[in-house]
Amino acid sequence: MRWEVVIGLETHAQLSTAAKMFSGASTAFGAAPNTQACAVDLALPGVLPAANRGAVERAIRFGLAVGGTINGRSVFARKNYFYPDLPKGYQISQYELPIVRGGSISVRLGATQKSVRLTRAHLEEDAGKSLHEDFRGMSGIDLNRAGTPLLEIVSEPDMRSAEEAVAYAKTLHALVRWIGICDGNMQEGSFRCDANVSIRPEGSEQLGTRCEIKNLNSFRFLERAVEYEVQRQIEILSAGGTVVQQTRLYDPDRDETRSLRSKEDAQDYRYFPDPDLPPLEVTQAWVEQVRKGLPELPEAKRERFQRELGLSLYDASVLTASREMATYFEDTVCALPGQAKLCANWVMGELSGRLNKEGLDIAQSPLPASALAALLRRFADGTISGKVAKDVFEVLWKGGGDVDQIIEARGLKQISDVDQIEKIVEAIISANPAQVAEFRAGKQKAFNFLVGQAMKASRGKANPEQLNEILRRRLSG
Amino acid sequence: MINSSLTELSSALARKEISSAELTQLFLDRARRLNPAFNAFITLDPQASLAQARAADQRIAQGKAQPLTGIPVALKDILCTKGWLTTCGSRILSNFVAPYDAHVVEKLEGAGAVNLGKTNMDEFAMGSSSETSHYGPVANPWDRGAVPGGSSGGSAVAVAARLAPAALGTDTGGSIRQPAAMCGISGLKPTYGVVSRYGLIAFASSLDQCGPMAKSAADLALLLSTVAGFDPRDSTSLERPAEDYSHALAEPIAGLRIGLPKEFFGEGLSADVGVAVQAAITEYQRLGCRVVDVDLPRTRFSVPAYYVLAPAEASSNLARFDGVRYGYRAPQYADLRDMYMKTRAQGFGAEVKRRILVGTYVLSHGYYEAYYLQAQKIRRLIAQDFAEAFQRCDVIMGPTSPTTAFKLGTRTADPVQMYLSDIYTIPAPLAGIPGLSIPCGFGDGKRPVGLQIMGNYFQEARMLNAAHQYQRVTDWHLRIPPGLD
Repeated sequence: MRWEVVIGLETHAQLSTAAKMFSGASTAFGAAPNTQACAVDLALPGVLPAANRGAVERAIRFGLAVGGTINGRSVFARKNYFYPDLPKGYQISQYELPIVRGGSISVRLGATQKSVRLTRAHLEEDAGKSLHEDFRGMSGIDLNRAGTPLLEIVSEPDMRSAEEAVAYAKTLHALVRWIGICDGNMQEGSFRCDANVSIRPEGSEQLGTRCEIKNLNSFRFLERAVEYEVQRQIEILSAGGTVVQQTRLYDPDRDETRSLRSKEDAQDYRYFPDPDLPPLEVTQAWVEQVRKGLPELPEAKRERFQRELGLSLYDASVLTASREMATYFEDTVCALPGQAKLCANWVMGELSGRLNKEGLDIAQSPLPASALAALLRRFADGTISGKVAKDVFEVLWKGGGDVDQIIEARGLKQISDVDQIEKIVEAIISANPAQVAEFRAGKQKAFNFLVGQAMKASRGKANPEQLNEILRRRLSG
Repeated sequence: MINSSLTELSSALARKEISSAELTQLFLDRARRLNPAFNAFITLDPQASLAQARAADQRIAQGKAQPLTGIPVALKDILCTKGWLTTCGSRILSNFVAPYDAHVVEKLEGAGAVNLGKTNMDEFAMGSSSETSHYGPVANPWDRGAVPGGSSGGSAVAVAARLAPAALGTDTGGSIRQPAAMCGISGLKPTYGVVSRYGLIAFASSLDQCGPMAKSAADLALLLSTVAGFDPRDSTSLERPAEDYSHALAEPIAGLRIGLPKEFFGEGLSADVGVAVQAAITEYQRLGCRVVDVDLPRTRFSVPAYYVLAPAEASSNLARFDGVRYGYRAPQYADLRDMYMKTRAQGFGAEVKRRILVGTYVLSHGYYEAYYLQAQKIRRLIAQDFAEAFQRCDVIMGPTSPTTAFKLGTRTADPVQMYLSDIYTIPAPLAGIPGLSIPCGFGDGKRPVGLQIMGNYFQEARMLNAAHQYQRVTDWHLRIPPGLD
């Protein structure tokens, strides 16, 4: 039997506010345990939550970016359960009425686009951290993370492979960073996914029993976990068994998922509206104000790059993979109008390659967009050859400086003077009679050799087109 | 001095007839001498109180006194008070020294008032008799074999026995008004949101409200003006301009329309209470007020709705008392689950456990709609009843409690009987409207009877005006329990 894979993702994006969701304590990562937990985070008797406006605004920004509905009235609810890193004994989340409903994310798969629908996005607070090592039979609790604002983004079960799930997660990751609501730092847990995976016979309309794989904090783990889980479910169903609804954990060391709890052990969270927090009112005026502050979104930018700059879907997608990349590219094109394809090739090729090699982000590029544009201008106007341009790029990368001065100082200007090239060609012809004879006997290879020799003699500076033309004329003459 | 109003004490301090340190010492001595008989205070800390009093004296000397500067006020032990043991009447917080001040405590301190001590109460404010406290029951100064009402019984007794000039209490289903009535003092539960709940240890968040307890309506007005006000830390606190609740006290009340709900005068009301309340209404008529009949038909569902909603919220609010970060932890346990169970089994008393169980039940999957949501609907209907009634009257009057103080131990075995003693006080917090109780006579056994006055949202000044005008022509509020003057 052929199986169809069905995947939905729940993603927790930590919102990039300075203070927590319901308290004034700092959200900065990496502080000494419990130094960033105030009375509210510790759930001292008598303390009360007050919602962080900045977090709400970020949720609105997200809702607008995905084309969702911003609910004018949403409700914070309490999710009740006991755990030592949950100080109040309940998590404040949104349950029946989330702040964002609907929307979609457009995901590129190779040369095609796919739209993944979103169910909802809601605000909630993170729990603290339990530390089970180094306490000699006891556990430690660090409440620095308790109360950190999260946006939980729930997709519809629209993905059909691990590859699609990863593509969706990457697109979402890029989007939340693009609109400045989340730093996307996956090592620090700022962006993590739960994957709901099920399979069904191809052609079936009915959803199979799903398993939820919790807390996947890298794209690779997401891919491996889904692949493992799909295989596991196929094996069970192929052998005539049934999949049990479960929450599972992915163990990267053993590359497998294992059961955490089954549906029967699922807790009753006794959700009810938090009486400490009145319904969250978001006025249309607030929504419009947030809309005005939104940057051009990746999809709109990609379409514009295709339409206005004539870039291919592939180029436009790569250049809009992050806001920093797009900004760099646009700054380059802005300084060198009419050369979008040239700029795209260099940003995606030489520059990205070099950044990758050094493990740098484009925002950290030692070569600013203005310098790259200055370099490409000299290539475009014929002052330097492509090969020389790469050399100058290297000089700029290592030490910076002014492009024209570097070209001047190192004598790198392209030779386009016909007389000068004629002289070089003449010298090469008389120095290589054997190859000249071979060419005249019809061997094309010999021509390439002679071009190479002439280019070498010009120290790479000869205008390649002129050189070709002159050599061919002289040889046939 | 012990029977003086707050305004009189303030004048005496201003005229240097007495210092705050002397005044504080006077009440501390009384409290120390009489507390063994009444158990009104859980914590007295004379050094801390006197330090505050001396600071107040300096402030007075510098001419920077406010109306409450130098006046000792007792605080219900549900209010977090920095550096003070704050137990909420529970074993589970029996070692909890609050590291911060509740908003109302900050307000009092800002006004220069002196914290006289922390008063006894039903555990987590769950009770109507002050008998569920981990620190033992409180005795009623009018009848030492009777309860003082609850849950703010310690605050009520501190004022009634003249151990403190005034006190703060909290009210969820009647916890200020009912003990005020049973102890013959005045007490006011403000409109929900008028006083910040920050630092008030939550019982039922959507109902809890802190308010003043004192000898007279004029004193209540002074205290309320000090503790009310917007607080951004409490999202249910209302942003309104500051109000002087004393400004309207002296206004005549002729023409005031008094609504009498027949639901408050029917079955269950004991005859002696009914007689005293009727006499008070007659007094109001003599003052020129008009009496109109109003209907509050859905208030008969108040008690059942309240005993769904309040426990539901409590079951969640009390989850934080888990032995992990502060408070009592069972000395011996096998693992985490065992630690939770033993800590909470040993740390909470029977009534608290009962309400946690009820609350957990009504929020459970499959019961939430039938209980919690249904009770929320009733709550809205009760608010509607009041809204309609207030179109026909300015204030609503009736008994605060169906009976006078009952004997210690007589209702502890029958929770439903106990819950019914709040039948007249529960509707106001369900609707969020303000309510106050003032003494209006005595019933059988010379135990005090309280008259309840309810008003529409933010009508505290008008209610206090009505109460004050009554107290100008009566002296019930000046009576001192036998043997205590």
